[in-house]
Amino acid sequence: MLYSFTLSQTDKRPMYLQIMEQIKQRIAVGDWVEGQPIPSIRQLAVDLQVSVITVKRAYYELEREGIIVTHHGKGSRVSATTGLRARLREQELQQHLERATRIAAELGMSPEELEDRLQEAGNQPAKKKGELV
Amino acid sequence: MTDLAIQLSGVSKKYRYFTLDKIDLELPRGQIMGLIGANGAGKSTTIRILMGLVHQDSGEARVLGHRMPAEQVAAKWDIGFASEDMRLYDSMTLAWHMNFIRSIYSGWDAAHAQLLLKRFGLRADQTIKGLSHGQRVKSALLLVLARKPKLLVLDEPTTGLDPVARHEILRELTDVMADEGRSILFSSHNTQDVEQISDRITFIDRGRIIDSMDKEAYLDRWRRLRLEVPSGIDLPALPGIIGVQQRGRLAVATANAFVPDLANAYERTGARVQHIEHMTLEEIFVANVEHSREEVKA
Repeated sequence: MLYSFTLSQTDKRPMYLQIMEQIKQRIAVGDWVEGQPIPSIRQLAVDLQVSVITVKRAYYELEREGIIVTHHGKGSRVSATTGLRARLREQELQQHLERATRIAAELGMSPEELEDRLQEAGNQPAKKKGELV
Repeated sequence: MTDLAIQLSGVSKKYRYFTLDKIDLELPRGQIMGLIGANGAGKSTTIRILMGLVHQDSGEARVLGHRMPAEQVAAKWDIGFASEDMRLYDSMTLAWHMNFIRSIYSGWDAAHAQLLLKRFGLRADQTIKGLSHGQRVKSALLLVLARKPKLLVLDEPTTGLDPVARHEILRELTDVMADEGRSILFSSHNTQDVEQISDRITFIDRGRIIDSMDKEAYLDRWRRLRLEVPSGIDLPALPGIIGVQQRGRLAVATANAFVPDLANAYERTGARVQHIEHMTLEEIFVANVEHSREEVKA
């Protein structure tokens, strides 16, 4: 597969969200740089073996978030905004924090307890990846 | 030429024990439509009418701009049709079949046929008799795909196949979409295949079309809301919610016209929304069929 995206069947999120996330990751790690042309909707759909409309949806949402830009007839590019990589990293962190906060609230944890746990997590040596989540 | 590869309006067909009831269907050129329904829902009858194999009692069917069944001879040059009951000659080889189709259709692409042989892991010199079910399905599909038809009509192309063969076939179908002038209509009860490759989804049940629309918009309308309901609070009936199952303090509401306001409406009654989940096409299929059958009864 040309762009080596992997869509997961056990991931319960819709496919367009998975495609968005993988494009964001690609930009975040610097594989796709600011201003770089990206595959056309149809091309990516064929490569991923998903419907054109699913990729179209992903591109539309990415465009709304200002991550890619599409010029009709010229295809799509990674947005040339400076700091896009950092912004995507920041967004990823924010999502994790929100999720952690929500679960902590469900467990009845106080903000102080959550803060302590965050400290603790920072001091932990990196665990085997498979054991996380 | 119109921009619709397929257009059915008010198509009906009455059998003794089954009626196809005023079917309306549109497939824009360049798209893939998945036709979903339980066994006996009317998928094959619809496809047969499209192909001119069954004549409708009333209503109009147009395929690639041709009126069916009247103009079926002209239409069939550009349509590739494959169904389970299509017979290949048992005692002949696949190569014989390939030559036969090639002699009829000028659009036959020999290089593409060779590529398909390789991708499908088929041997042209084998007789049909010795082929497995999967190999037969792939052979029939090869004969259709190598003609590069403008419209592919496939009745259950992935039924009864192992995961590898299914994957090979889905790959060829999505490959067709690299050419935006080509369209595919396929029926399936494998909702996963339909969810993966369709641009449009059409649900058919008991001879009626329940829904037919853009796949993304369709999947987006359905949600499952997990609710915590304190005792003493009764959940109100809300528009867009087609069913609520409650056991003790936990309830699950299914929405077929989800808007974020639905969650707020539940919260205002004192219930707490724990999760809002997307649904797979399989879950939607079951919920939708059950819901529409209840509506018919009511």
